[in-house]
Formats: sequence, C-alpha cells, structure tokens
Amino acid sequence: MDLATTYLGLHLKHPIVASASPLSRTLDGIKRMEDAGASAIVMFSLFEEQIRNENESFEYMMEAGTDQFAESLTYFPAVEDYRVGPEPYLELIRKATEATDVPIIASLNGITKSGWTDYAKDMADAGAKAIELNVYYIPASIHVSGADVEQRYLDVVGAVKSAVEIPVSVKLSPFFSSTGDMARRLVEAGADGLVLFNRFYQPDFDLDELEVIPDLELSSASEIRLPLLWIAVLHGRLQCSLAATRGVQSGTEVIKYVMAGADAVMTTSSLLRNGVGHMKTLLDGVTGWMERRGYESIEQMKGSMSQQKVGDPAAFERANYIKVLQSYKSPYVEWLGHAPARTRP
Amino acid sequence: MAESNVTTIDGNEAAAYIAFRVNEVCAIYPITPSSTMAELADQWASEGKTNLWGNIPDVVEMQSEAGAAGTVHGSLQGGALTTTFTASQGLMLMIPNMYKIAGELTCCVIHVAARALATQGLSIFGDQQDVMAVLPTGFAQLASSSVQEAHDMALIAQTATLESRIPFIHFFDGFRTSHEVNKVFLIPNDVIRAMIDDDLVFAHRRRALNPDNPFMRGTAQNPDVYFQARETVNRFYAATPAIVEGAMNRFGELTGRHYKLFDYFGAPDAERVIVIMGSGADTARETVEYLAARGEKVGVVQVHLFRPFSTEHMFAAIPTSVRALSVLDRTKEPGGVGEPMYLDVVTSFSEALADGTLPMQAMPKITGGRYGLSSKEFTPAMVKAVLDELKKDKPKNHYTVGINDDVAHTSLTYDSSFNTEPDTVFRAMFYGLGADGTVGANKNTIKIIGEDPEFYAQGYFVYDSKKSGSQTVSHVRFGPDPIRSTYLIQTANFVGCHQFNFIEKMDVLEYAAPGATFLLNTPGEADTVWDRLPRTVQDQIIGKKLKVYVIDAARVARDTGMGTRTNTIMQTCFFAISGVLPRDKAIEKIKASIRKTYGKKGDEIVQKNFEAVDHTLAHLHELKIPERATSEIELRPVVPPEAPDFVKSVTAMMMAGKGDSLPVSAIPVDGTFPSGTTKWEKRNIAQFVPVWEPEICIQCGNCSFVCPHGVIRSKLYNKDRLEAAPGAFKSAPIDARGFPDTRYTLQIYVEDCTGCSLCVEVCPAKSKEEAGKKAINMSWKEPVVEPERENVAFFETLPVNERSRVDFSTVRGAQFLEPMFEFSGACAGCGETPYVKLVSQLFGDRMMVANATGCSSIYGGNLPTTPWTVNSEGRGPSWSNSLFEDNAEFGLGMRLAADRHMYMAHMLLSDLSSQIGTVLVQELLSAPQRTESEIRKQRDRVAALKEKLQEIKLPAARHLASVADHLVRRSIWIIGGDGWAYDIGSSGVDHVLSTGRDVNLLVLDTEVYSNTGGQASKSTPIGAVAKFANAGKSVGKKDMALQAISYGNVYVARVAMGANPQQTLLALREAETYRGPSLVLAYSHCIAHGINMQTGLDQQSRAVQSGYWPLIRYNPDVRASGENPFVLDSPRPTLKLRDYTDNELRYRMLSRTNPKGVDRLMAMAQEAIDRKWKLYEEMAALG
Repeated sequence: MDLATTYLGLHLKHPIVASASPLSRTLDGIKRMEDAGASAIVMFSLFEEQIRNENESFEYMMEAGTDQFAESLTYFPAVEDYRVGPEPYLELIRKATEATDVPIIASLNGITKSGWTDYAKDMADAGAKAIELNVYYIPASIHVSGADVEQRYLDVVGAVKSAVEIPVSVKLSPFFSSTGDMARRLVEAGADGLVLFNRFYQPDFDLDELEVIPDLELSSASEIRLPLLWIAVLHGRLQCSLAATRGVQSGTEVIKYVMAGADAVMTTSSLLRNGVGHMKTLLDGVTGWMERRGYESIEQMKGSMSQQKVGDPAAFERANYIKVLQSYKSPYVEWLGHAPARTRP
Repeated sequence: MAESNVTTIDGNEAAAYIAFRVNEVCAIYPITPSSTMAELADQWASEGKTNLWGNIPDVVEMQSEAGAAGTVHGSLQGGALTTTFTASQGLMLMIPNMYKIAGELTCCVIHVAARALATQGLSIFGDQQDVMAVLPTGFAQLASSSVQEAHDMALIAQTATLESRIPFIHFFDGFRTSHEVNKVFLIPNDVIRAMIDDDLVFAHRRRALNPDNPFMRGTAQNPDVYFQARETVNRFYAATPAIVEGAMNRFGELTGRHYKLFDYFGAPDAERVIVIMGSGADTARETVEYLAARGEKVGVVQVHLFRPFSTEHMFAAIPTSVRALSVLDRTKEPGGVGEPMYLDVVTSFSEALADGTLPMQAMPKITGGRYGLSSKEFTPAMVKAVLDELKKDKPKNHYTVGINDDVAHTSLTYDSSFNTEPDTVFRAMFYGLGADGTVGANKNTIKIIGEDPEFYAQGYFVYDSKKSGSQTVSHVRFGPDPIRSTYLIQTANFVGCHQFNFIEKMDVLEYAAPGATFLLNTPGEADTVWDRLPRTVQDQIIGKKLKVYVIDAARVARDTGMGTRTNTIMQTCFFAISGVLPRDKAIEKIKASIRKTYGKKGDEIVQKNFEAVDHTLAHLHELKIPERATSEIELRPVVPPEAPDFVKSVTAMMMAGKGDSLPVSAIPVDGTFPSGTTKWEKRNIAQFVPVWEPEICIQCGNCSFVCPHGVIRSKLYNKDRLEAAPGAFKSAPIDARGFPDTRYTLQIYVEDCTGCSLCVEVCPAKSKEEAGKKAINMSWKEPVVEPERENVAFFETLPVNERSRVDFSTVRGAQFLEPMFEFSGACAGCGETPYVKLVSQLFGDRMMVANATGCSSIYGGNLPTTPWTVNSEGRGPSWSNSLFEDNAEFGLGMRLAADRHMYMAHMLLSDLSSQIGTVLVQELLSAPQRTESEIRKQRDRVAALKEKLQEIKLPAARHLASVADHLVRRSIWIIGGDGWAYDIGSSGVDHVLSTGRDVNLLVLDTEVYSNTGGQASKSTPIGAVAKFANAGKSVGKKDMALQAISYGNVYVARVAMGANPQQTLLALREAETYRGPSLVLAYSHCIAHGINMQTGLDQQSRAVQSGYWPLIRYNPDVRASGENPFVLDSPRPTLKLRDYTDNELRYRMLSRTNPKGVDRLMAMAQEAIDRKWKLYEEMAALG
C-alpha cells in the first residue's frame, strides 16, 4: 500500500502531519512526534507581535525606575543586546532539521512587512523546508472592509514569496465572503499551498470573576465539516497543495479529508488529548480502512469525493445546507446509540 | 591618540576599566556612589572579558565591606592581585583589614568614590571624610580630580603599589567625579602593559603564603618587638613619593598626560595660593587661571599624592613668591586644631622654617578651611572668596566656604555672581522627571556630541530624594577644550523644561543667561502658551531677552506612534535650536544615533523614530515675546500657611530647592527633625488617581490595607456630620446591621497618590451593570483634584475612630486605624510600605523603630520631608537609623533602655507607693496591656501618675516622672531589607534573636539590594538575575525562617500581603504580642523584580500559590497548650514555579544572560521548592 503524498512539493511518506502546537516547542517534542510517525512537522508559530511585545516589555522593565534616584540609577545588569529576537526559534529549526528526517515546516505570524519577510528569510536560512503563513488577524474595527482584509493577506503572500525560495503555504481564515475566490487569488499571489482553516481565539467569560478569559478549546471531530467542504470544492481547481486541519480525531477524519482532496492532513488536538503516540492510531485507522476497502494508494483516494468527482456537485452547495437541516433530526437519535463521543456534555 | 580610544564615560567606569585589567580578584559589595565600579567588574567578568594577563578576574560579592576587605586580605596573601571598590561606611568597615594589609606591606589598590560619613545624618553624597578617616591605616592616598584622572591615576596607583609595596587608596569625589560623564581618552592596553612590570607581579606572588615555602605572617607580638617592627616600614613609605613620581613620568611619556605629586597652576609669581585635592582642584584651577590672566598673582597647588606626604615635592610646587596660603580640606574633624591636609602643610612649613630649609624668604600666612561637605557646591566664586581673604592682613582661619555659618561665624562670604566659564563653553540645563527619560536622552546627547572630535562634553545629573515622581536637573556642557568645571552650571545658554508644571512651582529660569534659549514642553497650542506662563517666568523672559521655543511633545509622540515617550522629541528640539552643531548636521547625527540604537529592531521602528524627528521639527515653534508681562499667575506657595513654623522656615526651603541658602542657625544641632512632614508636601505626581464608588463598595478595607502610600483612609461617623460636608463628599451607609445612623467614607488623598493602582487591583467588588467597573477605579485626576482637596479637608474634621473600639483582627477593621506612616517617597506601588504602614497603624502610638539603612530608611527618613507621623493625640513612632550593619543591635539597645527604664519606674512606683496611692500603683504595676483598651487604661493611669508626681517634692518623684512613659508597653520594631537581614546584619540579627528579648524584626524582603540598584543578596533566589548575579543566581535563597525556628523560642512568620492579607495581619499581631524575639519575613514585590508594579500583589499571590513563598507561623507560645507551634498557612502549590517567575524580568532575563542555563537553573529552583514544601508539610504535621 502506497501512503505517500506530495505536499508543497515535499515528498511525505503519508499524509498525516503534526500541525503547529506547543509540542514543537522543544527539540525533544519534535523528535517524539517524528518517532511517533508524523510525516512532517509544522513548528509552533513565531509571532512577530509577541517578539515585539517581549522586546518592548523587556525594554520597559529594564528602564522602569532608572535615572530617578541617585543610588539606583538602574536596577538590572546591563545586557549588551537584550533584544528578544527569533534566534531561539531559528536555533530550534536548525537543530530539528539536523536531528530529524522529516520535513520541518516553519510557521510565521507577522505584523509588519519587514517582520514577514525578514523572519521568513531567517527561517529559510535556518533550514525550514517550507513556511506556513499563519495569517491570524481579527478585524475588530468596524471600519475595516473585507477588501482591506483580503488585500492584507495577498500582500503578505506576495512579500514573503518574493523573499524566499522555499514553498509557502497560507493557513487562512474561513471567514471570507467568497472563500473560493480568495483561495484563487492567494494562489495567484504565489501561495504554494493552502491550509484550511485557522482557528481563531474566541474568548470565554468567567462568571465568578466577571472577566473575559482567553481560552482555546481543542477541536473535535464535528469541526471537520467546514474544511471538508472547502477542500472538496477547491480540489482540482487550484494549482496548489491543500492541507486540512481541524477535527482530526481518528483515521476516519483523515480519510475524509484525503477523499475531499487534501494532500496533507494536520492534527494537533488529538495529539494533545491522547499523546503523541496517537499518531500511530491515526495511521493505523487509515491503513485499516484502506485495506478493508481495497485502496492501494493515497493518490487513488485523493479527491475522490471532491466536488468535481462526486455525482452530485450541488451537494456541496445549497443542497448540502438543506440536507443538513433535514438530517439534523433523524441522526440525532442515532447518535445516541452510535456516536457517544458526540453526545458527551 | 587614536580616535577609537576616545569615549564618554563616568568616573566610576574610568577607574573600574583599569582596575579590572590589572587585577586577578575583585571582592565586592555595593555602596553608593561606588557601586557602579563593582557592577561593571562583575558584568565584564560575566561577559568573559579578560585582564592584562588574559584571565577573567574572579569577582566575588561578599556579605559586607568587612567581608570584602577580609577576602581582599586573604587573596593578597594568596598572591593574587586583588582590589575592591567602596565608599563611606564601607571604607569604615574595611579599616581593621587595611591596617593589616598595610602593616604587611602588601601591594593593593582600593578604589574609593569618596563620600560623606553618617554623623548627625546619613549622606550619600561626595566629600573626603571617608578617606580622611583611614589615614592612620598606612595606605597611601592618591587623589583624582576628574574623570580622566580617575582613569589615569587608577593605573598610576597600581604601578606604584607594585613597586613600593605600600597599598594605595585611589579616590575621587563621589558623584561629582564618580557620576560625571566626560570625554575620556582611554589608555590603550599596550600602555597598561608597559606600566605594569611583571617582575613586580612575580615578586608579589613570591611573597605569598605557600606550603612549598612555608612561613608565618600575622603573628602576635609582645612589647619587646612590636614597636620596632612597626618602625621597619618607614623606608618603604619614604621611597613611595619618588616611586609615584616615576610612575607619573613614565605615564606621561606613554600618554602625553603629565602629572606631578603636587601640580601647580596659575601665576608663576603667585602671592596667594590655594592647596586642594579632588574635584575642587579643577574648579580652583579654572578660577586661578581666569584671575591670573587678569593680572592677579594667584595660584593653586593640586595635590595628587596626599600620603605619604612629601614636603619636598610640595615645596617644589609652590612658587617662592607666596605670601599667603590656604589649605582646603573637604572633611571635618570636630575638635581638632585643623583638618588633615592643613595640618600636614602647616607642619611641613613649620619644620622647614625651624630647620632653615624653607624655600621662601618668609613664612607665608597659612589658613585652613572646609568646603564641599556632602557634595555642597564649590564654585569659582568660593575659590575667589578664599583668595580674596588671603589678601587680608589677618585672614580668617579655620573657615568654611559655601555655607552661611551665622552661629560660629566661620564662613567666608562670596559673590555668587562671579563666573569664570569661558564663552566658548555651551552650557545647557534640563529640568525633567525621572520617569520622562530626560537624563537618558542627555547622556545620549553627550555621547553623540562628545564623540565628535571637535568637542569636549560633560554631563552631571542632579536627582531629588524621592523614588517616585522625582525631578532631575541635567547640567550639560560642550566646548572645544577639556571641560574642568566641576560645579553646577551657574549661567545657562540653554534651559529645557520638559514638564510644564515645573514652571508653576519652581524658578526654572533662575540660571538662564541673558539671551539664552528656553525650550518649554507644553500641552496645547503654541499661541496660548504665553498666557499660561506665570508672571515671574514672563518677567524673566522679557528681562533676560530669552528666545523661547515651545513644543507639545506628548502630542507629537502620540501622533507618531511613540506612545508616551517624549525624550527623543525633546532631544531633537535641543539639537535643532541649541546651535551647538549646525542644524542639518545635528539632525543627521540624531538620526544616525537612532539608526544605531534601533537598527536591529527593524526598519519600521527606525522609520517611526525618524518620523518623530521630522514631526518634531515641524511642530517646534518660536514664541513671539510681547514687550510687557501680562500674567497674573503666581508661583504656588511651597507649603500652606497652616504648616508649623519649622516646616515653613526650613523644610519648605529644602522642598523649593533652596536649602543651600539655609544658615547654620536654622538647622537642628543634633540631627533631630520633626515627624510627619510629608503631609505638607502635596506632590501631585499622579495623572490618574483612584475614585471611590460608594454604591459598589462592600467596605472590605482591602484597598486601604494595601495602599503603599497611605492615601486611602476610612472613617465611620454619625450621619449628622454630613450636614457640613462639601457637595462632592461621598458617603455610604455602614455595611453592617444595627447602625442606621452610621455612615462610612473612603477618602482618597489624591494629591498624595502616586497612581500605582494597587487599590484597584485588589478591589473585589464589581458593578453588576458594567463588569469592568469596580468599587474603586482609576480616573483622570485633573477634574477631581479640586473637589477632593475640599473633601479631604472635611474628612479630616471627622473624628478619628476610637482605637479601642476598632476590630484589630480583621482587614476590614484595620482600615479605621490611623496610619502613622504616610505619603512616603517610595516607588509607586512599593511592596514594602504597605507592611510598614500596617505596623504603624497597629502599634504606632507606642512604637520605636530601628531602621536599617536601605530603601526603608530613605523613603522613611530622607529629608526634606519624612513620612513617619503622629496620630490625632500627637503620639507616633519614634524612628532612627543607625547604620546598615548594626540595625538589630541598635533595636536591641532600644529594648534594653526601655526595659531598664520600665524596671526603674516599677521600682520607684513601689518606693513612692504611699505618696502616689497604692491603688494606682498596683494598677500601674499589674496592668496586662494586652489589648488596645487595656493600653488605653494604662495611658490614663500614667497621666494620673504624672499629675500626682508634680505634687511630690522628692528626688525620686522627679526620676519617676522622667521614666513614667515607659509604664506603657513599648513596641520595638527593627525594620530593614534583606541586604541587612540576610547579609551585612546577619550575625547581629542572629545574635539579637538569641537574646530572648522582646523585639520585633520585620524583614522587607525584596530579594535584592533595592536601594543601591538591585544587587544580589543571600535572599536572591535561584535563577533570578541581579547585579552581581548576571548569569542568574545559582545558589538557593537562605531560609531565615528555619534558622530562627531552630532557636525554639523565636516567633517566626513568613507573610505575603498580596496572597493572604489576613494572615499578614494575624502574624504581625502575634509577633508583637509575643514577649520574646519575633521575626517576620515579608514578601515585598519591587521595581527591581522587573514587574509591572500594578501586578505586584498578584505576583505575591503567585509566589505563594507556586509554593515558592510558603506562608508560615511558628509561635512558641502555643507549645504551652500542647499544640504544634509550626503552622503552614498556605495550601499546597497549585501553580508551577514558572507560572510565577515568567512574569518577572529578573527571571526572564536569564534567557538573555544565560540562555544555556535557563532550564537547568529553573529546574533546580523547582526542585528546591518541592523539597522545601515537603519539609514544611512534615513540620506542620508534627503533633
């Protein structure tokens, strides 16, 4: 059975990729993911804003209270260059590329043009095989138009592509008015791949303290629907790689994504929830299913249920919506008996 | 000299630069103003920089200067070239070892930033009392007068000590030289190499202790030989002047900078000559050269090598034409015939006269005078006054200059308008806030201009004595020649006022020269500025024909995305309009500097700063000056008319920056000052202040409890009182049943608030309608300041809640106790002062405080205004500071005196029982005084006793009256930081705890030497970066609690107000109640932790939740009831250490200073916590 796939021009032994997560913060974590069978590893995101904030807070704290009182003109030892830069991240890329045999994909979230391009160049120089642009932007202002947001994405892709030779993918938001059009334009701007979709921070409330609290829940299998829809729609229509991320809990979701047309399927939540060893469970799930169904290769499966390949392409459009509503009631009872994971409170 | 060898540095760095290169071991300890030398040595070592021999010197912090001196002695005996850096009391602690080092003829240089000694008061400022106090030790003394000399003489001293075997003190004036930034020609390594003879280094090593060549040194000697042995060294001292002269000559050949043991400047045929050393010599030189150029026959002898004193070299320097000579000493020896240098000069002349070797035809008149104590200014006008006095037939001797001594009439008068500064020197003064970056920007300006080959530059910075909202004045000079004006600017070509409100309360134009440029940072439109200026400012602008430029720097900063940082903007203005450099060149230089500073941080940041520069230039406006002053705005009075006389006549002068003009008669003779003077200084330093919301408030008292500045007060009162209240006065029904007529008010003293917002952070009550609103919220001060001023005035008319009716045992109750520590100058959001204030609330009216030197003695006792105050009955803490190292002993002494007088009172009561009345006597003797109401009753009895005693005409009655106050139980508090308790005062603390006496030690544990700028102590935890622990502390914090517990009879508590205020309150009360020694270790968040101070209490809580700071109480009293005295008050850790430490820069810095060691050190730290927690749990489980 041939599980190999090609993603961003990288040859992967199978489509299951470890996506950006805290697990890749250490060399040990990266090695453990490789040992567990990940075919590629997307590093945790380097956030330019965080680096800037850290620099600013570092500078602020270093200077707080200085030159105010004759006995204590400073409070900390002088540090020649106290810039908290991307160096630790780059060092980790270097070490990871040396210590592992799987492709290491860097992940970048910038806020300035030079942030995007400089860090992307640094990442390429450090040995990253590709860069995933984690364009994480919540237009909280009510005066920012959709067109402005879209242009921001396109500018970033253009700038980074002009700065590096290695493949560049975009992890994009699901919240465009026309996701297909946006995907096309991103590819035209130079994106070598699209990762569907980014999950955005959505805060929660603490009712005891009456405070807004940051919280990011791990994804669940029910969340595959949106990426599944758009991978199925985009497959075959764009000259780029497609990766699916969100909701992968078992081999089932991997299979669905591949059948929708994904070149790679990424997971974080399942590894955080079940441990790195779960990677093998996912792979076993895929191979077991393929064996049972007589599939010989991933390529054979890939896109087999994309919009272009299914008998009823409209099923992905309005009909899909109607069907969901119709099926909402009947499967509910069925879920109680057959899908206990879905019914847990 | 090559361009690359020129730099702008301060005197400390200049000296340390050499010391580091010519030594193998540095034993260090922080003390102002020398700390920077030690810090730099430690930093360079941690950066791997090497000495002349390619080795990284071993830099070791000790527990005190005594420890450092001992280590220096040992290291020298071990053969290593060893140094230390110190000042003032630090040097005093080294004296015993200095005798040893000198007695053993050991090569060594100690670098001293010379400083005043603590006498009637402590002073951190510069004079030469410390080095003069160690003259008998046998150390040679080599003086530097400037930053360049501090660099050069450091090397000459090292060269000379190696050859002479006499140890040297190399000193320069604290602050004036140690902190002055000046252009310095660095000595290249090959010159240092050429100055240090390795054969002499080998000889030093050969003399070291060595088991392969064993001998004894340090024997005990008997009357038969000690005396002779003491005289063996004479030839070494006799040879030293020539050796130093040789070193100076060699140095001159190598560098082109020539020095003599006694340098002479002025007229070759001078008749009047001053002898002086240190920074004052440069001012004297400038003055005599000015006067000599105008035909006056005057000169100055600048002393470099003071000891061994070479009469021969002195006479070689003094023109034979001299008729009158005055020796200026920067020290004071009360009761002596004269000060040391005067005596040496007089003796030299007398001996020469007697033996017929006097080079002059006649013995000149010789006078001696004192000047410049505690950085008192020493100006050309004062030099001229000395020289003018010498014209008289009988010049005043043993005079002072620089003060007005209207008591002993020692002082010389001087014409303060006399000025010698050449027109070629550009002189600029900048008034700023410590927090606005003015000083930093000026240091940068000095660097930019000073490194231009066409310019010399000098900067000196004056700070006030507050740690929050402090004002700074920068004195900056530029000129084509070396700048030797070692005094503050007398007339300025440029005055920059970086805070508009300064012009309303001080005379910022006092020193503006006619035609000078005045730059004013002012909010609002330029065309409205003139009308907003006070009358005196307008008058001066017109009278002095000043050119005035204005800029709204805050707006430019906002518009260009610079946030609140205005320093670059004000710096740009200076470059643009000062004319020091052509405008285009100036702007080009400032942009080059920006590129250098921010280049690595990305082009956007550079461009943003460039934009700010361009925007600044576009918004800098020159004011058109009207012909007449029109303003009716007057400068605000410094203190209100109702202030006490002393405050109005003395304190207010100091507050206004005019303390220099106070005569001797105005100053208390013995260092005694009135309590409670901060209340007269409404500093108004906060822009945002808390505002109370009575409807939301639950009256819990937390905000008042944690307020570091004592600005949140609560009172309960009858509702009828409100009839006289101002309209804006806020009030709420008391949140308790059964008191329908009682109202509650939480009053905020907004003019005293620092805006730290700890109160808001700690407030637990939130609005139901608006989740972000609490019962206390920060608000823009401007609109509330006037009404709140009235509210405070009314609030103070409400009766103080009776102490005996307040529930001391709860945080809620404690808010009604008057704080007797208020409005200190501590950092905004200080973590120490809430504890100090709480202690004052609980015990202040019968409390004596022994306060170790450090932050708490500075915010607690630094003039002009002090926060320890009195209650409505006029009682309050009596406070004193002895030293840094002896505080526990000092406090024990207070206890002994109190106990002795109490016993004496008891005895006399018994003796006079029949006259006084047995009932009263019995009640007085048996009063339990455990509760506040019992103490109140005892006070009443003492009052009755005093009345009775007036009627009893017996000597015993007078004795009893003099000690009757002691019949009310005194509460002795020994307060200080961890530098004192863990390090320098550790043995005293330990001993005092062992005495069993009833004293309470409160350790305000910030885990570093906060007051001197964050050096590591033995309290600094593993993994924290501090000065002297650049790579992160690798050894665990000492557990003082366990040490004290081991005595068994010491009450011990570890508290953290931010984690559990109730436990803090309980522990302090238990500690005080316990009739033996008590030790309370209080977690005190600190600016030196590198935190947003607003989150200080949260960090305290995290420290406890992570198990880092377990809350404990060990109360020996409960043993009597069969219980375990050890109580662990905090629950098991719920956070990992890093959840606490990652919020603090002191830990986060580790990733920069020791990236490889971060995880290892933090793992060690976590392990240490886990281990300690287990131990504590086991102790708590013991039955």
